[in-house]
Amino acid sequence: MKRFFRELSVLGALAAVLVGMAIFAPAFFSPQPLLSLLTREAPTLVVACGMACVIITRQIDISVGSMFSVCSVCAGLLAARGWPLLLVLPASVALGALLGAVNGLLVAGLRLPSIVVTLATMVTLRQGLNLVRQGEFVNLPDRIQWFGLSQMAGQLVLVGASVVFLVALALAMRHVAAGRFVYAVGTDAEAARLAGIRPQLVTFLVFIFIGALTGLAAMMNLAQSPQVQPLSGAGLELKVIAAVVVGGVAISGGRGNLWGAFTGLLLLACVSPALIHLHIEAYWEKAIQGAIILLAVVADGLRTRRLNR
Amino acid sequence: MSPAPLLALRQLVKNYGGVRALRGVDFDLQAGEVHALLGENGAGKSTLIKVITGAHQPNGGTLTLAGQRVANLTPSTARALGIACIYQQPALFPDLTVAENLALRLEATSASSRIDWPARRARAEQWLARLGAEISPEAEVRSLSMPEQQLVEIACALGAGARIVIMDEPTASLTQKEQRLLFAVVRDLRKNGVGVIYISHRLEEIFALADRVTVLRDGQSVGTHAVGDIDEAGLIRLMVGREVAQIYPAAESTPGHRVALSLRAVGCRASGVHNVSFEVRSGEIFGLGGLVGAGRTELARILFGITPADSGEITLHGQRLTLRSPQAAVAQGIAYVPEDRRRHGVVLELSIAHNLTMAIHRRFFPTTWLRFGAERALALDFIRDLAVKCAGPDAPGGSLSGGNQQKVSLARWLATKPKLLILDEPTQGVDVGAKSEIHKIIRRLAKEGLAVILISSDLPEVIGMSDRIGVMGGGTLRAILPGGSAPHDVMAAALGTTERGAA
Repeated sequence: MKRFFRELSVLGALAAVLVGMAIFAPAFFSPQPLLSLLTREAPTLVVACGMACVIITRQIDISVGSMFSVCSVCAGLLAARGWPLLLVLPASVALGALLGAVNGLLVAGLRLPSIVVTLATMVTLRQGLNLVRQGEFVNLPDRIQWFGLSQMAGQLVLVGASVVFLVALALAMRHVAAGRFVYAVGTDAEAARLAGIRPQLVTFLVFIFIGALTGLAAMMNLAQSPQVQPLSGAGLELKVIAAVVVGGVAISGGRGNLWGAFTGLLLLACVSPALIHLHIEAYWEKAIQGAIILLAVVADGLRTRRLNR
Repeated sequence: MSPAPLLALRQLVKNYGGVRALRGVDFDLQAGEVHALLGENGAGKSTLIKVITGAHQPNGGTLTLAGQRVANLTPSTARALGIACIYQQPALFPDLTVAENLALRLEATSASSRIDWPARRARAEQWLARLGAEISPEAEVRSLSMPEQQLVEIACALGAGARIVIMDEPTASLTQKEQRLLFAVVRDLRKNGVGVIYISHRLEEIFALADRVTVLRDGQSVGTHAVGDIDEAGLIRLMVGREVAQIYPAAESTPGHRVALSLRAVGCRASGVHNVSFEVRSGEIFGLGGLVGAGRTELARILFGITPADSGEITLHGQRLTLRSPQAAVAQGIAYVPEDRRRHGVVLELSIAHNLTMAIHRRFFPTTWLRFGAERALALDFIRDLAVKCAGPDAPGGSLSGGNQQKVSLARWLATKPKLLILDEPTQGVDVGAKSEIHKIIRRLAKEGLAVILISSDLPEVIGMSDRIGVMGGGTLRAILPGGSAPHDVMAAALGTTERGAA
């Protein structure tokens, strides 16, 4: 119990919000809008899982938004050329992994600070995409949207897939040796190295991993609309980093888990629809999300201070 | 000698918690004198400097500066009173120029005052010229060599009107030529009436440079002599002259004849180790003694593949090894329990069980799936075997005391079933009870046939625990002595003096 205090407190906050909604705006729980909300967040959840791994190794990747846009546009173009879904999906994942490998190579190979490296790739990819595409939309063939299923079925597939993925990855982080390496590198890279773990290799692979997940998330997003916007990934990095931090993953590495990141994401995602249902102006959304992030960071800061004393 | 010394310490006492770091130090420094301070690791030299520079407050005794008794010395009043310290690693701002560094120490400016660049430059030039240093005031400190940085430090000290200059092992990283330059500066300081407290492990420097020498041992000053009145042997006797009070577990068996590890002319240019040759047999505890900076940890890092050797030959059980990484060393059956366990030994956030299996993942979890039950059982075995005091295998490493963390760190490496175990300062910062438990564990491991290399700065520990003692100094092996040798002999070898002509 005590070990998961941080995750449980976020869960408590989420529960409080949901109970509040049940009392004051029960319409929030009508199935179709709720399913739509979860569907919109499904790609974000997949990227947040990757981000949690990156932050646990004491790195950060702020280029996910740009990678997401690049993967979306490329996958859209391939689909428009008539590639079948079964080829577009792996292509998008592979492209993401490749972009992640570039980040990983610079961070782990040249030992550059990840915030600078991914800032550079974020700007490069975004502006490169603008230059090549000039802001043009890509029209998708019908069979891509909802994977050619009905909207309802498509939504269920997306939400289901993201949850299955979350559970599988969370279990793997705990039960597969690689997951523990990620934690060990994040808490103390030198101790890990002396114990025969290769911290640079772990870091490299984690960046490839988040790249691949971003490619997957781009596909999950692609299936939701008839067109690809070239700016579809803008702001994604802030959203996932916020979710992960609110969920109790320490930015100093080594601490936190995917369940926390999941709850953090849901909590932040609830803000916007909750405001609509409570008839509060939408301007408050960002302010409230910011306050939640601030609260989480301050709580972590106070807690570390107490532990160090 | 003149009546009022620059600095006089009487019966100075300093405690850290329950540890008595200084327990009665008497020390005088005259104007125009170079007074050397000598003592083995942990004798209290650093603590004494901290008290003199006002960094720490003494718990008892008096400190008199030029006849005036001073209480509540702080770093800023110490500086105002003319006390300056030049550390081994100069504490300058590497990205600023020499003139800016000097200005930061010498100018009492507020944040809003205008900077007089020409005056700043002129003053820097003046002080550097006085030291005979050919350094441009516009040079970035980063681009200067180590001795040049020390000269800048000395210029700062003199510019601030220092009358007492403390030098803490200033020659540790200098070449011979640079040393001669530094000595000339020190002699010049002496001529100008500055009092210099000179700390060094190198006896020949003390005899070449100092007027008097004071020896510290176990936090006490045990004698002050004019350098003409004492020889090297006498100094060493003063440094180590104590009984080996602690009882060490007796060797229950003699080491086998099988050579486990053999080093031939091993060296590594990057870490300054050269031409090290010795053999360790199965079941033998081979102690590595020497002063801090002698190259012991560097040698251990070579054997564990952290800084690979670039010359010589290492064989383990007759098989020649190339150790390019810790993984390679682990694969060959070498285990290294590092010095700084808080930083590199135990991962504080992970549980004891996780810490234990960290180095044996591939063997212990061949299918990559973690087996928590097996891991727990292993942890419980080690907890019982090494008597680790803890809440259980799931308790985080950070919840343990220093001695118990050390046991976990040790257990992690025993779990790899090594052929060679390297222990680097295994009992540093560990309380007496845990210390003797760790000693018993080490003995038992040797008895079971493990080859052990024991690095320790604790002289009685090396002497009491080792079957043979390799004494290092200046990056190489200076001597191999039998276990139980006289502390005097070990210290003499560490300092690089021979008994010939001195006995």
